Amino acid sequence: MKKYIKVTATFDCDGNLLPESIYWDDNKKYPIDKITDIRYAASLKAGGAGIRYTCRILGKERYLFLEENRWFVDTK
Amino acid sequence: MNIFNAVDKTKYKQDRVILHSDCNGFYASVECLHNPSIRNKPVAVSGDAENRHGIILAKNEIAKKYNIKTGEPIWQAQQKCPELVTVPARFELYKRFSKMTRRIYSEYTDYIEPFGLDEAWLDVTQNIDKSGVQIAEEIKNRVKEELGITVSIGVSFNKIFAKFGSDYKKPDAVTHITRENYKDIIWNSPAQDLLYVGRATKSKLSKIGIYTIGDIANAQISLLRSHLGKWGDLIYGFANGYDSSPVAHMNDNTEVKSIGNSTTTPRDMKTFEDVKIVLYVLCDSVCRRMREQGFMARTVGLSIRDNELNTFTRQCTLENHTNLTKEVTAAAIALFERNYKMQRPLRSIGVNTTDFVHDNAPRQISLLKNEEKIICNEKLDKTIDILKKRFGNYAVRPAVLLSDNILSGFNPKDEHTIHPVGYL
Repeated sequence: MKKYIKVTATFDCDGNLLPESIYWDDNKKYPIDKITDIRYAASLKAGGAGIRYTCRILGKERYLFLEENRWFVDTK
Repeated sequence: MNIFNAVDKTKYKQDRVILHSDCNGFYASVECLHNPSIRNKPVAVSGDAENRHGIILAKNEIAKKYNIKTGEPIWQAQQKCPELVTVPARFELYKRFSKMTRRIYSEYTDYIEPFGLDEAWLDVTQNIDKSGVQIAEEIKNRVKEELGITVSIGVSFNKIFAKFGSDYKKPDAVTHITRENYKDIIWNSPAQDLLYVGRATKSKLSKIGIYTIGDIANAQISLLRSHLGKWGDLIYGFANGYDSSPVAHMNDNTEVKSIGNSTTTPRDMKTFEDVKIVLYVLCDSVCRRMREQGFMARTVGLSIRDNELNTFTRQCTLENHTNLTKEVTAAAIALFERNYKMQRPLRSIGVNTTDFVHDNAPRQISLLKNEEKIICNEKLDKTIDILKKRFGNYAVRPAVLLSDNILSGFNPKDEHTIHPVGYL
């Protein structure tokens, strides 16, 4: 079952929405080190579709999905 | 509608490139995407059984193998496939996915004409960078990757053949129907595979020895006309590839031709009073929608289905165009009284209005009718509209509706907002 999570994100001057950190189970904040790709995509594992951010968090690559106005994480 | 314009052979100087994209088992595919645990099971999306809307609305590919049909009751589908997983419909979610498919389409053309939530025609003639098949392949792959569902796409030189192509091979496929191959592919198919040939037309055609689309194409047009009237010309043109109807621009507001609401009631309507309650609710919704969109109608129609599933429709023409709830309701009730004597309890009933003019069109006042009363009723409707908008559908209601909350406790205006659009 997919789990929606809390995310801090910013809009840059061009109106792009960029996530900066995510909050996981223990409500601990994990900064996103780098975003390597942004595209529309479906998540087959968690189930859903939206804008997929490929993020590097603590050296691991994770997909962060923005589904309308909520975020969830999926693995590659 | 001008049928002869729809099959005008000389309308275009060059062949168009038309795509018809059809999302496979749309509702069921969206549900399977969101729930991985049911993805490998037979799945059907169904209406609400408790409110007697318990029919299959869509099914996935696995359920299809059990011969489960859209429109059949849930219990019947479960007899065919006891392990069938049925999930309730979530129309808001399907609308979101429909919008997402259109976002993809709009990257290839501005000429996008939706046909329900899950189908659309695209005219990509102006797209000179890629061929129709290349665009279709790209769209098919992108929908799969970006939305997690599949589409089948037909590519052809008119809308009818493109639609045929999207039905021909599915799921997740592209079918190209050209001037060279259409006779081989389309003409050998049963007549019923052609758009607008339904069960009734099929049986009329088989009586005159017409079984395939090729038979229609090669028939004497006078023969078709004598049995089907002007529709004979239309399907003859369709079968021969003469369809010339354009694909609408995505910003075109499709011209509204009718507004209607219908409902299957939670229990059968046994008395005239029961029917009256439901007609009040339906007419209220239909008239509010007319006023919202700025129309007045002159024809009011009823569709009636009894508890043995016999269905019939009746309509009447009003003296003047109107969108007043009181007038339309009175007309619908009178029409019902004239045509049905409650021989059998009723299962469902629908009201529709057609023959529109814009509500700001000049109007000849009646010499003898009480025009002040009409103005009063207009003001009353406007006030009620505002109250309902601010405080909800149930804020103000005619007293008659309070006598039976089961029959009157539905809100057709807001609860079901998917209005399929006719093709022509």
